[in-house]
This record gives sequence, structure tokens and C-alpha cells, in this order.
Amino acid sequence: MPERIRRILLTAVVALGALVMFFPFAWTVSTSLSSGAGLDATPQLIPDDPTLAAYRELFANTPFARVIANSLGLAITTTTLQLVTSSLAGYAFSRLAFPGRGVVFGLYLATMMIPIQVLIVPLFVQMRSLGLVDTYLGVLLPGVASAFGVFLLRQAMNSVPRELDEAATIDGAGHFRIFARLILPLVGPALASLAVFAFMSSWNGFLWPLIILRSEHLQTLPLALAGLQGQYTTQWDVMMAGSVVSVLPMLALYLFAQKYVIQGVAGTGLK
Amino acid sequence: MTAPSAVGISRTTRPLPPPRRTRRGSRLRYTLTVLAFLLPSALPLLAFTIYPMIGAFWTSLHSWNLIGVMEWVGLENYATLLTDDATRRVFANTLYYVVGYLPLVYIGGLALALALNSLIPARNLLRGIYFLPVVTSWIVVALVWRWLLNPSVGVVNAMLGGLGIDGPGWWTDPYWAMPSIILASAWKDLGFVMIILLAGLQAIPTDVQEAAMIDGAGRFRRLLNITLPLLSPSTFFVVVISLINGFQVFDQVYAMTGGGPAGSSTVVVQQIYDLTFRYSSAGEASALSWLLFLLVLAVTVIQLIGQRRWVTYA
Repeated sequence: MPERIRRILLTAVVALGALVMFFPFAWTVSTSLSSGAGLDATPQLIPDDPTLAAYRELFANTPFARVIANSLGLAITTTTLQLVTSSLAGYAFSRLAFPGRGVVFGLYLATMMIPIQVLIVPLFVQMRSLGLVDTYLGVLLPGVASAFGVFLLRQAMNSVPRELDEAATIDGAGHFRIFARLILPLVGPALASLAVFAFMSSWNGFLWPLIILRSEHLQTLPLALAGLQGQYTTQWDVMMAGSVVSVLPMLALYLFAQKYVIQGVAGTGLK
Repeated sequence: MTAPSAVGISRTTRPLPPPRRTRRGSRLRYTLTVLAFLLPSALPLLAFTIYPMIGAFWTSLHSWNLIGVMEWVGLENYATLLTDDATRRVFANTLYYVVGYLPLVYIGGLALALALNSLIPARNLLRGIYFLPVVTSWIVVALVWRWLLNPSVGVVNAMLGGLGIDGPGWWTDPYWAMPSIILASAWKDLGFVMIILLAGLQAIPTDVQEAAMIDGAGRFRRLLNITLPLLSPSTFFVVVISLINGFQVFDQVYAMTGGGPAGSSTVVVQQIYDLTFRYSSAGEASALSWLLFLLVLAVTVIQLIGQRRWVTYA
């Protein structure tokens, strides 16, 4: 087969696949715009008379605005804390010599293997004895540090030439200054990549918030969405409106930082 | 989102910088510096990962309802679980998920990566579309697919109906519940696998392919004898990560079927959750957690050992 025709066919197939992949999103938006969807039995991709009624219903009859603020606050806090703790540790493993460094780093990596499910009982008990059940702090604390983040930033910092900090040392700079002024600005892409991951895992996190949060006004988006199911068993338009609202911020972040997300994912699979 | 991990990543070989000065006061200062950089992450990991990990093991050796006094029972929880039909079922369901899901995302992801690695128009846009579900939360994925696969008014069955096929009850049918979950999960993770394999493909030196082409190797032969072997490190990574995550499947099951109908899609993590918070059997829940952890660890270690047979590092 001539190369050109092969390429056209290939493109067509991949584009068709992309349409199929994208269809659930399109269908979600479409459903959210058709009032009372799920009651009539003929699905339509373009609703007869699009309406925002489902969105009004969502914000009027459920504490959805509050829930979005909760999720946003938690995600921003988690991301900030993870960036700080991970970059500090990344610097320690990349630039500071101390006894047992290899072993300690190995322990960090080992914690990545531990699934949260193994921890739920003791972690819940721990939070209860600290009086942190049903508080934001209780949701937040287990996500303050991330071994993956430490690993990612150490890798990035290792690729910064050591001659740079040697020169800075000669000029009289201490470790904190070298870290803040020299290294951090040079590992921007890795920081961006970690920021997206941290935000995403907090924003999408389900099992831990499900366990720790009880009060309705403290709920995060995934919890509220799961809760909508019980409340709106047949009103798919409201549920799809909730889905659209919860995907939009992540989508915006993704489009903004697509390059770093893909680099971050791809980089983890290499060598 | 699948958590990336560090399997198979080489360590740095650069020499360590020596501590700058060795006078006593400076050494103390240096120690404090190290601690200042390390403790902000070490303390939380110690307190909220390593300590509870040990705590889970301790709890697994007791009978405990989360409120009263812990009663030492030794390995009894493990013995109970290992002889329980419910345990067998949740492990079987989890295995069903993993076995159905892995080939689907790997073959799909590989085909996509190969296609998007060649010079086709708009490949960045296409890549972005395939990757989009990866950043979506499991709960949204589950809700959306519940809607698409709704037995009576869902669009999938409407389409099947248009083709004259009577669509199944999907998540309301015990036979189809797990396939529904697998389908939704594969849709979500396809882009992740694609990106990993794409990165692997781009790391393959072009001269190897060119040499084979000159030797007269056809497209299929090159794929089989060159591309796939050279892609084996990425494949290995995908398989390890998918298995680790697959055995821990929960969010999408919880939101799509709640483990039903009739327990047909109840997975291990759901059982851990139920044992803890519904049946107040924290000891058994912790024992089941550890069984799951040991299983995942064993599978990972077996793969790490087995990789020597089939993973080629260029």
C-alpha cells in the first residue's frame, strides 16, 4: 500500500477512535443541558431545547457551591504543602551528604508501594484519637508529603549541574539560599508536573475523604457526586451537570499544563 | 489517576559533595540543615504511612470493633478469612477485573502509541483527547458510564437496539456488572498506557529500525522482532503499575455498582471497607488489608524476578 494512503487510513482510524473516546464527554454535556433527561427513552446528542435548568437545580437544591470551595481549598493546600515538603527533601537527597542517605531514600520509595487501603483502619483510629475525624485537617494530613514528589524532584535536581552550586558556595551562599535562589527556579517544569499530580489526586480523591468526612457541609466534590446518586436516582441531567462542573477545573488545569503532565507521566516509565 | 511509581529507575552515580567544614559547631549546623530539609516530609510519611502500616498489622492480630478493648487472637483473623467463601469471592472478582482490564488497556494503548508515533496530522490534539479521561475522577467516570450503560434509557443500548441487538442489563445484571466496570476503567486508563508506551517508542533509536528495513524486514517483522523487544521496559512498567492499581480497584466499583448486584462485583477493597465500617470488624479488615498487600507485593516481586527473562534494556 502506498505510504500516503496508509497514512490517511491510519489518521482516519485514530480520529474515529478519538471521537469514540470523546463521546462520553459530549454525551455528558448534552445530557446536562436537556431538562428531565432519563425520563424520555429516546436519547439525543443535541437536545431539542437546551436549558441550564439542571445546573440551577444543582446549585439551588444541593450545597454544590460550598462543596466546590471545599475541594478547591483542600486541593490548593495539599498541592502547596507537597511542593514545599517534596522540594526540600529532593534537595536533601540530591545535594546533602548524610549517613544512611541511601537507606532513607529506599524507605521513601517503599512507602509508594503501600496502598491506602492497608492504612484505612489504623489511620482512621489515629485521626479519631487526635480528634480529627470530620475535619479538613484529618483529610489533609496524610497527603502533606508525597514520596513520589520527593522522587520526582530529586531526579530533576540531579540533572542540575553541580558546578552551579559549587560556584554559589564559593560566593558564600548557604544551602537554603542555593535551594531557594538557584535550584528551585531551575526545576520549574518538575514542580509544575508535581503540582498537577498533587492537585489532581486531591481533587479526585475519594476513599479517604469518604472515611474521614461526615458532615454534609464539609464534603468534597467526589463525595457530593456519589451522594447525588442516591438523591437523584432518575434525574440524570442533574447528575451529569454535577459531573461537568467537577471536570471543568481539572480540564482547565490540564489544558494549561498538558506538556508537564505528559512529561511527568512519560518520565516515570523511562529507564 | 494511576499513581506513577519508581519501578526500575536507576540511581544517580554522581559523587556526594563532602560536608564543607568539620569544626564542631559547623557540624551541628550541618546536621540541623539536613534535618530542616528532610523532616517536613519524613515526619508525615513516618506518622501517616509507616506507623499505620505497622498499626494495621498489630490490629490484624486482634479482635476489635473499633470502640471496645482489643482482644489478642493471634492469626485467627487470617485463618477465618482464608477459609471464608466471601474472601474467595472478592479475590476472584478482583482477579476477574485485573485479567479483563490489563489486556484491554495494553493492546489498545500499544495500537494507539504505534499509530500516534508515526507522522499523522493533528497528533498532539489526538493525543490530548485520548489522555483526557486520565485526569477525570473515578466518580465522574463511574457516573457517566452508568448513564451511558443504563439498561433501559442508556445511549449504548439505544445504539445496539438500532443495530437490532438487544443490549444486556449492564450494571444491573450480575453477569455484566464486572464487564461494565472493566469497560469504564479501560476507557479511563487507555491514555495513560498510551503515553507511557509512546515515551518508550520515542526512546528507541531510529538507526536500529533503519538497519532492519535495509535488511528487508517488513513492517510486521520489525514490530515483532525489534519494536516490541525494545519496548519491553515500558511494557514492564505498565504491567507492574496496572497490576498494583488493579488489585486495589475500588472507587469506580463503589460508584458504579456498589459491589452488586448480588455481590457479583464486590472487590477486596470494598470488603475491607465493609468489614471496617459496616460490620465493625477492624481486626479482620486489617488482616484482609495485609493479605491484599502481601499479594500485591508477591506479584510485584515475581515480576521483578521474571523481568530478566523478557525485558531487554537497550
